[in-house]
Amino acid sequence: MSESFTPVGMPLTITINGVRRSLSVDPWVTLLDVLREQLELTGTKKGCDQGQCGACTVLVDGKRLNACLILAVSKDGAEITTIEGLAHGGELHPLQASFVERDAFQCGYCTPGQICSAVGLLAEGHAHSRAEIREQMSGNICRCGAYTNIADAIEDVLHEGNIAREAAE
Amino acid sequence: MNRFEYIRADSVAHAIQALAAPNSQALAGGTNLVDLLKYDVARPARVVDINHLPLRSIEETPDGGLKIGALVSNSDLAWDPRIVKRFPLLASAILAGASAQLRNAATTGGNLLQRTRCYYFYDPSTPCNKRQPGSGCSAIDGINRIHAILGTSDHCIAVHPSDMCVALAALDAIVHLEGPDGRRKLPFGDFHRLPEDRPQHDNTMQQGELITAVELPRSDFTESYTYLKVRDRLSYAFALVSVAAALRIDAGAIAEARLALGGVAHKPWRDRKVEDWLRGKVPDESTFAECAGSVLRHAKGHGQNDFKIELARRTIVRALRQAAACMPQDQADKVVR
Repeated sequence: MSESFTPVGMPLTITINGVRRSLSVDPWVTLLDVLREQLELTGTKKGCDQGQCGACTVLVDGKRLNACLILAVSKDGAEITTIEGLAHGGELHPLQASFVERDAFQCGYCTPGQICSAVGLLAEGHAHSRAEIREQMSGNICRCGAYTNIADAIEDVLHEGNIAREAAE
Repeated sequence: MNRFEYIRADSVAHAIQALAAPNSQALAGGTNLVDLLKYDVARPARVVDINHLPLRSIEETPDGGLKIGALVSNSDLAWDPRIVKRFPLLASAILAGASAQLRNAATTGGNLLQRTRCYYFYDPSTPCNKRQPGSGCSAIDGINRIHAILGTSDHCIAVHPSDMCVALAALDAIVHLEGPDGRRKLPFGDFHRLPEDRPQHDNTMQQGELITAVELPRSDFTESYTYLKVRDRLSYAFALVSVAAALRIDAGAIAEARLALGGVAHKPWRDRKVEDWLRGKVPDESTFAECAGSVLRHAKGHGQNDFKIELARRTIVRALRQAAACMPQDQADKVVR
């Protein structure tokens, strides 16, 4: 049913991948649609658009969230990192490199969400085993079924981090 | 999604004032509301964003319990060292639910207010007494595999989907509310309601009220407890049946028992008569079997969900066995030991 309603663009200032952006956004628009449609950051994918698949996972103030379930206006002032913001100076994020190394995808549609989710998982620090990785990545569905390699890729980086920490101590 | 007015509340008083307008909805984590907006199930005229209210702390209470601010996220709550140490049943139940992303967004108050996942409630093209009072219930003679077996009515057989609330029910939590008429506290068991002839009301909150906190009274269920959740896949699925069980065992007999079920009713299901009956009994298989039979004495299936009665019976017995053995269900690998 179509309704006549004047757009009521509200001011929204967010920092996306280190760049501050001032936007005008209708209150019913999701963060996912702002990223893809307004900012043309199409790395973040729209899968189910209902919080069930995790393809839209981004980091908001360091925490992994489903961008499809967030009204953009509610994140005024937030710092957002998408898949486009993970590499630095042409150097892939360790998880990106690990996903390539382990062939942790087939079609690749879920991959940006998987990688952002894995970045969040490592930052949270609650996964210490493969079972915990699998459980804490359950919000990211891969319909190609690359789960074994995805878990391998994350496990590699988790262990590298542990080795690096131990070496530093 | 329908168009709505958006108001960002900067204080509890401001939020209550803004929520007084008819057809207003509070927005916290958004994990259920934004979903319902997309399905056209929720059609608020006004959305009041309460994310900036100072309700994000967990505080000690004088009696040795904890008061959890309504905006504390499910993940912050589940991993809080005080919750892990003193209320592990709650931590376990939270981690059994949803996904890491959803738990990062979802809030304590919002978890209590999430709506049922009944297929027909989510489908505006079908009758549903909860969504549109008086239109009928499509689930009673429809696809009802996930539906309730306890406390149903001829008007609605939906279940409350929360895991966290099952633990809060078992732990005798107290809901703190604030509204146009001031503040009040509700025992958790009086917060959610059975559908009866008004299934459009999930709970007993008044128009314009806001959950400000959930209080956990002091309790000692730190060893003999479990949250056992049975679902269609290993993770990230709603419960078919779940059981929060906590026991205090003294000299080989049950001194105190708490038992709450999820996935079986319109609210977390507790049966205090059965809990009283357990007191003094030996924690063995025959006690657990008799207890399960008693909890389910009035259970009624609707065809596709008939299996839930036997599933609930077995889940209760297994949960009590786990609790008595101090072997809580592991929410990572799910292996039953």
